[in-house]
Amino acid sequence: MPRSLSRIGTLIAGLVLVLALSSCGYNNIPTLEEQAKARWADVQNNYQRRADLIPNLVATVQGYAKQEKDVLTAVVEARAKATQTRIDASQLSDPEKLKQFQDAQNQLSGALGRLLVVSENYPDLKSNQNFLALQSQLEGTENRITVARRDYIEAVRVYNTELKTFPGLLWASTFFRSNKPMAEFAANENAQTPPQVKF
Amino acid sequence: MRGLALVPVRLPAAILALLWLSIAALAANFPALSGRIVDQANIIPVETRVALEPKLAELETKSGIQLIVATVNSLDGDEIEPYANQLFRTWKLGEKTKNNGVLLLVAPNERRVRIEVGYGLEGTLTDALSKVIITNAVTPRFKAGDFGGGISRGVDDIITVLTTDSSEWQKRPSLRLDSPSSEQFPPWLFVAGLLVVVALAIISPGFRWFLLGMLMNSGGRSGGGWSSGGGRSSGGGFSGGGGSSGGGGASGRW
Repeated sequence: MPRSLSRIGTLIAGLVLVLALSSCGYNNIPTLEEQAKARWADVQNNYQRRADLIPNLVATVQGYAKQEKDVLTAVVEARAKATQTRIDASQLSDPEKLKQFQDAQNQLSGALGRLLVVSENYPDLKSNQNFLALQSQLEGTENRITVARRDYIEAVRVYNTELKTFPGLLWASTFFRSNKPMAEFAANENAQTPPQVKF
Repeated sequence: MRGLALVPVRLPAAILALLWLSIAALAANFPALSGRIVDQANIIPVETRVALEPKLAELETKSGIQLIVATVNSLDGDEIEPYANQLFRTWKLGEKTKNNGVLLLVAPNERRVRIEVGYGLEGTLTDALSKVIITNAVTPRFKAGDFGGGISRGVDDIITVLTTDSSEWQKRPSLRLDSPSSEQFPPWLFVAGLLVVVALAIISPGFRWFLLGMLMNSGGRSGGGWSSGGGRSSGGGFSGGGGSSGGGGASGRW
């Protein structure tokens, strides 16, 4: 009889401990980490979406402006480089990797911007329905990239703050030693503003 | 004695109230979501408003899509794209699980207009279609100073696009019921289940660890913050349903 009573006692103690642990934010670090990773996946998907639009855009422009070879090849090359540079969710704490990714995408943004400026000189191209549709898709994608980046930066900020402030700090220095703060996106103004698309 | 008993109730309430105030302060620059047409800039003629309201309401009852028309006095020095996205997220347009909201935002002083599309409708009301609606139906009328005409043509076209896709248009009764399975689940079954769990935990140490693991996984997940209600309120007030958007849609100027 006393034996079973003490069993119930340990059980209750165990339950209380579990509840205390979870209410003290034991789960916060992994939860926030997953959220930030998910936001990163959004960022990467939107850049991929942009890359997917480019072959079609290049083909359309080529039909009207063959002589702009330099600009077109620059876009194709920048796209190839940008699609090769991908970041795994586990590499997000590496600022160097993030910078490489960022640079590759910026280069593509620049090349795309030049392509759109050049296409201003071709009235037939500018009134081509396919080109107009592609332009609006590109514009929308750039806008989605901005939103996804903003969401990612916010998620990283929340995660990093959790690692550095009080209840989270305890867990970060004990159970989650391997969790490193994620690298912030260098807020490059050029990357944030979409290439100017004029109609 | 009575005062003591009240303290634990009052304290959380006070904290909640404080949190509410801070959230309200953050979103202070946005107009309140007072109805399906929020005309802060006061450019929509009464007759247009009267004609549009039932159309928007009908769209929502038939398909669940929340289409809101808003005009603002100022974009607070921002571009229209981030402004529309933040306004959309503040208002939480569309159902939470489907994100099926659309916002038609007009900023007459900046001469900018935008259709912001919720995540769930990006495949139907695409960027290209939104752009077509803005350049063909909306901006030419705005240029002529006809805000009422531009807005009502824009709304008509948006509704046409959204309702041509039959899968979005058909009412889906199965999704709209509040999960009937939970109602068929008798409460005594829950109590019995709880008793079984407790009994098992007392008998078997292995099960205790299993339980511990489960609790570790599920506890604290709700700590992230609280959302302002998942469903649309069926009462008198008007509110968003918890939907979100990520920059889909198109903008234009005139």
